[in-house]
Formats: sequence, structure tokens, C-alpha cells
Amino acid sequence: MNSLSQENTPILEALKQLKSMRVVPFDVPGHKRGKGNRLLTEFLGEKCMSVDVNSMKPLDNLCHPVSVIREAEELAADAFGAEHAFFMVGGTTSAVQSMVLTSCKRGDKIIMPRNVHRSAINVLILCGAVPVYINPQTNDRLGIALGMKVEDVKKAILEHPDAKAILINNPTYYGICSNLREITKLAHDHGMMVLVDEAHGTHFYFGKHMPVSAMAAGADMAAVSMHKSGGSLTQSSFLLAGKHVNEGYVRQVINLTQTTSGSYLLMSSLDVSRRNLAIHGEEIFEKVKNLVSYARDEINKIGDYYAYSKELVDGDAIFDFDVTKLSIHTLDVGLAGIEVYDILRDDYDIQAEFGDFGNLLAYVSVGDRPRDIERLVSALSEIRRRFKKDKEGMLDTEYISPKVIDTPQNAFYSQKEQLPLRECAGRVCSEFVMCYPPGIPILAPGELVTPEIIEYIEYAADKGCSLTGPEDMHTRKLNVIKK
Amino acid sequence: MDFWFKEKHTKNVEFAIRVDRQLYSGQSEFQRIDIFDSVEFGRFLTLDGYMMLTEKDEFIYHEMIVHVPMAVLPEARKILVIGGGDGGTVRELTRYGGIEHIDLVEIDEEVVSASREYLPFTASALEDERVSIYYEDGLKFIRYHENEYDLIIVDSTDPFGPGEGLFTKEFYGNCYKALTEHGIMVNQHESPFYPEDAYAMQRAHKRIVESFPISKVYQAHIPTYPSGHWLFGFASKIYHPVSDLNRRRWEDLNLKTKYYNIPLHIGAFALPGYVEDMLKSVERI
Repeated sequence: MNSLSQENTPILEALKQLKSMRVVPFDVPGHKRGKGNRLLTEFLGEKCMSVDVNSMKPLDNLCHPVSVIREAEELAADAFGAEHAFFMVGGTTSAVQSMVLTSCKRGDKIIMPRNVHRSAINVLILCGAVPVYINPQTNDRLGIALGMKVEDVKKAILEHPDAKAILINNPTYYGICSNLREITKLAHDHGMMVLVDEAHGTHFYFGKHMPVSAMAAGADMAAVSMHKSGGSLTQSSFLLAGKHVNEGYVRQVINLTQTTSGSYLLMSSLDVSRRNLAIHGEEIFEKVKNLVSYARDEINKIGDYYAYSKELVDGDAIFDFDVTKLSIHTLDVGLAGIEVYDILRDDYDIQAEFGDFGNLLAYVSVGDRPRDIERLVSALSEIRRRFKKDKEGMLDTEYISPKVIDTPQNAFYSQKEQLPLRECAGRVCSEFVMCYPPGIPILAPGELVTPEIIEYIEYAADKGCSLTGPEDMHTRKLNVIKK
Repeated sequence: MDFWFKEKHTKNVEFAIRVDRQLYSGQSEFQRIDIFDSVEFGRFLTLDGYMMLTEKDEFIYHEMIVHVPMAVLPEARKILVIGGGDGGTVRELTRYGGIEHIDLVEIDEEVVSASREYLPFTASALEDERVSIYYEDGLKFIRYHENEYDLIIVDSTDPFGPGEGLFTKEFYGNCYKALTEHGIMVNQHESPFYPEDAYAMQRAHKRIVESFPISKVYQAHIPTYPSGHWLFGFASKIYHPVSDLNRRRWEDLNLKTKYYNIPLHIGAFALPGYVEDMLKSVERI
């Protein structure tokens, strides 16, 4: 490869070159640079439509990259300190799934915390790997699931020495980090691969004084949501791989499920965003840190709200905290996080990232202005003035330890019947139930439905959480395994 | 020399004033500030190219935003002005001997310094010893105050740019909290005429109605603002702007005004039918 630097954007440059050549398209897509779909072109703009093109020689091919995509992937690998970087156009979901599919086959064990994103359990249905769950520690005051304790990981590894891999969720949606270096060392000592779901941690690779990133900690693979803190288009993502991973095999695995018509809008957005982070990342995340730190201080001055940060760090289950996350505990206002989330949108035209039983997460990025932060803080202060009430009777636990009866694959494909939610107690669920966001399953296929879980689901529905997963769109009925 | 200031009132309508000379141009952290001299309107101030005030017609705006609430609550002692770095609103307020203190919260210090240098006709009253000036975001300032002001005057720019936070429900709610139990909030309420302004006007009204038990709108004719037809909001905890008007007490003060008078105060709350309809359509919660 000729000497490219982080200033370069090979995919963007190739697309610009293609535009200037005014090639006559007798290939797909059929909108032909937008001319065949005026309404869409008016809406998205001609510039956007003119680069929605298909793989061709000057643009390389995502399934088998040899030129500009390969160069862009090498630049990305370099920027992230990885051995290889794969451009992903099916979201971080597909990156997480490719990690698991690379490391496990049918019947293999994989160790993971139970508070993973649904994508990680979904893939177990596809490949038939068997999860060994580590129950995350929970924080009693905040009700949230934390990271994994090194002791718990060690115990799981010793009990299941035949496990092929361990999946780590780092950071969590709320910003909690586990002891990545220590867990990686433990796993490697026992011959297991280390996979990190880093959907919420793109900035760890670029910001100053951030929690350690997966690649820096020596992990084997990491799924990085460039479209979250990295600034690329929704659905674009990176899969990173370390030294001991067979690049060609990973590519084959990705190609099992990834589209053969990779979007150049998504790929160019990855390319451009990687350049931006490599060159300006440090400064960008410094700005975000300052914005969030200001917001946190102001919110904590309102009273009753608790915007938490590094003070939670305990060196184990909360090994580190991602200070770019603005997570706010709302229960002392007498409101569930989801209720604050709804009031913010309905009354104040402010869209937060998500709310659960006790917490609200506001996503802050370089795109935010100080005056927007003032609006958020002022609205929270108003919500407290208008709605504060006693918190009696409010659920405060986001996480219930599951009772696993069968593997996700067995349960999902077994004979099942649909029963009203209340009649499901004592039965084994064959589908997912979760609030989205955050998309962490309350129930996964193969888990026992308990009265406590039914109460949790009903409470979530009552508070206005968006429940997803079951075949029944209203989550009034569940699919359970036939007796 | 043919030198004109032009402002687009809509995509298809322009308003222009022949300029004699430009006195000041500066780019602050928040906006571009320009001051010109003109033959027809005298000296005028623009922010980001939008007309804020002219020497010739500023009295209309400033008298109407101050004397209407003051004639309802002549005993007001502590006043908060948000925006209004040109000093015109403060100037009208300082004419009331009974006012003990005025806090002016202006986000942009450069507006105040440029006004002090070039717009003495509005800015001179900023030197009054009862006035304290704070340079910060009004939305932030108000968060820290509770049951403190008798009157809050929101003398803002338009609902885009640095002033946008001053048209939000969180801002109006915080104003309610910062007012004393008989408190009044008056705000610059945009125009009902051109659709874009009218939309902003309706949104502001809806949010004020949701925040205050009494929320009325009054009008004035301001030649240099888009369409010339301009509205103000009068929001209050207990006092009605017309039935609780303190006619005798205000007249006893013997203030000489050019635009405002008591019959006009009453008449200003009588709105054209189409404006009433626009307001009513957002009042149903």
C-alpha cells in the first residue's frame, strides 16, 4: 500500500473521483443517481443520491475488499490500534454477532454477563452456542446492573474451563466499565477468546483519560458503534480484531449474514468519521466531557436528581466510569426514568436517549451546544417542581437474575404455545421480552417466567416503556415451551 | 452613494432602510452586531442582520413592554429583565421611583458595550444605581431564583439563535417559579401576520398558557418589525391586565409617555379576529 495517512479518506476520494468521471450507470441501484426517483432526491438531496452506488471496480467490494475499502479498513485499524478493522453496514448488532460466530460453534460454551444487548443472545439462537451467564453486580441505590467482578469471572472460567470465549459489555449503556485488562488476562490464561461489546465506547480510543479500550487491553475482538459517539451514519459500525484472530475467517463469517450490496453512504460515513476522530478526537471528546460535567453539576444542584459519575468507582464491579455518559437517577423525584423521558418529549420537546425504572440517559455529543444543555437542565428542574411526589411503591430494580432452563436455540425452536402473560408463571419462555431502548432482555428464550418477572413486565408497560420481543406486539401474551 | 440595509421579512418580502453610515460592526461569541445611522429612522441596531431597534420607533416597543405591566402592578419593587442589552426597557423602568432593584440578564456583553457607546438614548439608564447587570444565559439565571421578582420582562430576540431558550416551556415555568405570588411576566411575543412568525407566536402562547393561570396577549404597531403588527404576552398569577388595571395610581405618577396611555392600554388587549382565533386554537390543552 502506498503511504496513506489518517488525513486520507480512500472511499470518499474514490466516490468523488467516480462522480467527476460522469460514468453512465447501467447497473443498480435503479434510481440512477436519483434521477429515477425525484421525490426521494428532493428529500435527501442530489449529493446524497449521486453517491448511493453499487460496488464496482473503482469502488472495491465490501465482501472481498482489495482496493479502497481495504485501504480504508487499514486506516481504521491503525486509528483504533487494531490488527484488522472490518467495515460493518448491519449495525453493531452484526459486529457483535460476527464476534460470537467467529469464536463459537454449535454446543460451544460462551461466558457472558446476562445484561448484554439482545444481539448477543440472538446469535446464540443462530449458532447454537450455550451461554454461561455471569450475573452482574447491581447497585442498590441506582437499581442498575454493573460490570462483572473479576472474582465472578474467575469462578465461571474455573467451572467451565471448556468455554471458548468470554463476551464483555464495556462500557454499559450507563457508563459502567469492568476491569477489562484483568479479565482479558484471566481468559487468555485459560485459552478463551475475549470479545468486547464496545457499542458505547468508540471514544475510549480517542479521548484523553478515558477508560481502557478493548484493543488496548489486549482483547481479541471488539464491536464499536461508530454511529453512536463516533459521528457516522446510523447502522454503520466497526468490527475490530487483534493479533491472534484469523482475518480471512472473520471475513467469511461476516459474509454469512452481511449484505452483498454494502451501502456507500454508510461506508463513506465510516471513512470520514474515522478521519475526523483520528485527527480531532481528543479535542472533540474533551468538549463532550466538559459539557457533560457542567450538565452533571447543574443537575445535581437541582436536588433529588442524581447524575452519577466516577464517585461510584469501586475498583471491581465498577472498575471505571465513562464520564461522557450523562446518566441520571430520577427515583427520588418520585418519577421513573421512563416517565421523565416521556415528559421531556411531550412537554418540553426534548428527546432523551432512554429512560428505565430509575434512570434517565441523555446522550451528549460534540453536536450539542451549551444552550441545549441549559434547556435540558431547566426542563429537569421544572419537572421536579411540577411533579415531585413520594416514591413509595416504585420499582427500583432494573435487573432480575434469570433462571436458565434451556439454551436459547433449543427454546426458540421448540414446540411452543401462546399464553396470557399472567398464566406464564412457572413456564419456560421461548422468546425475548425487553424494553427498547436499552434492549437488554428481561426474558430470553429458555428462561423461567417467574411472578417477579411478570410484575416487572406489567410495571414497565404501565410506566410507558416500549416493550419489544414477543410475537404478540402488545406483550399481553408470551410464547412458552409446550409441556 | 446608494447604501441600504435590507432584511428579509419572509422569503418573498424585503424591508430596506437607506443607510447614511455604519458606526459599528462586531462578531461576538453569540451573534453579529451592527449599528448604523440612517436619515429616516436615525440610529439603529441589528443582530445577525435582524432589526432590533431604531432611534425613531423604539419608544413604542419599550413603553408597551414596561408601562402595561407597571400600570397593573405599580407597587412592583424588584424587576428582572431578560435580554434587552440595549437598555431601552431598563430606561422606561427607571422612571418609576418605587422600583427598588432591577436585574438585567443579557447573554451577550458586547451588545451592552456597543449600546453604551453608540445608543445612549436607550443605554444611558443602565448606569442607574438600582440596576445590576449579569452576563449569562437567561434560562440558567432564572433556574436559581424563586419567589423573588414582582415583574419579569422577557425582552428577547427571535426564537432562533441565542434567544431560542427564552421561548421554551422550561423557561416560562422557571419564570413562574421566580415570581412572587402576585407576579407578572411580560414577553416579546412575535407577530401574528407572516406564517413563520405566527407559528412561533402560537407556540409561545401555548407554552405560556400551560405555565400561568392568566395569559393574555396585547398588540402595538411597530413600523420596523416584520408586518409592523407586533404582539406582547401578559402572563400573571392573579392580576388581570385590564380589570385589575390601576388607572388612578398610574396617572398619579405623572409619567410623560409618547405611545402608552390608559385608554390605549385597554384597547391593546382587543385583538383582530384572526389573531384571537390563532390564540384560541392553542389554548385548549
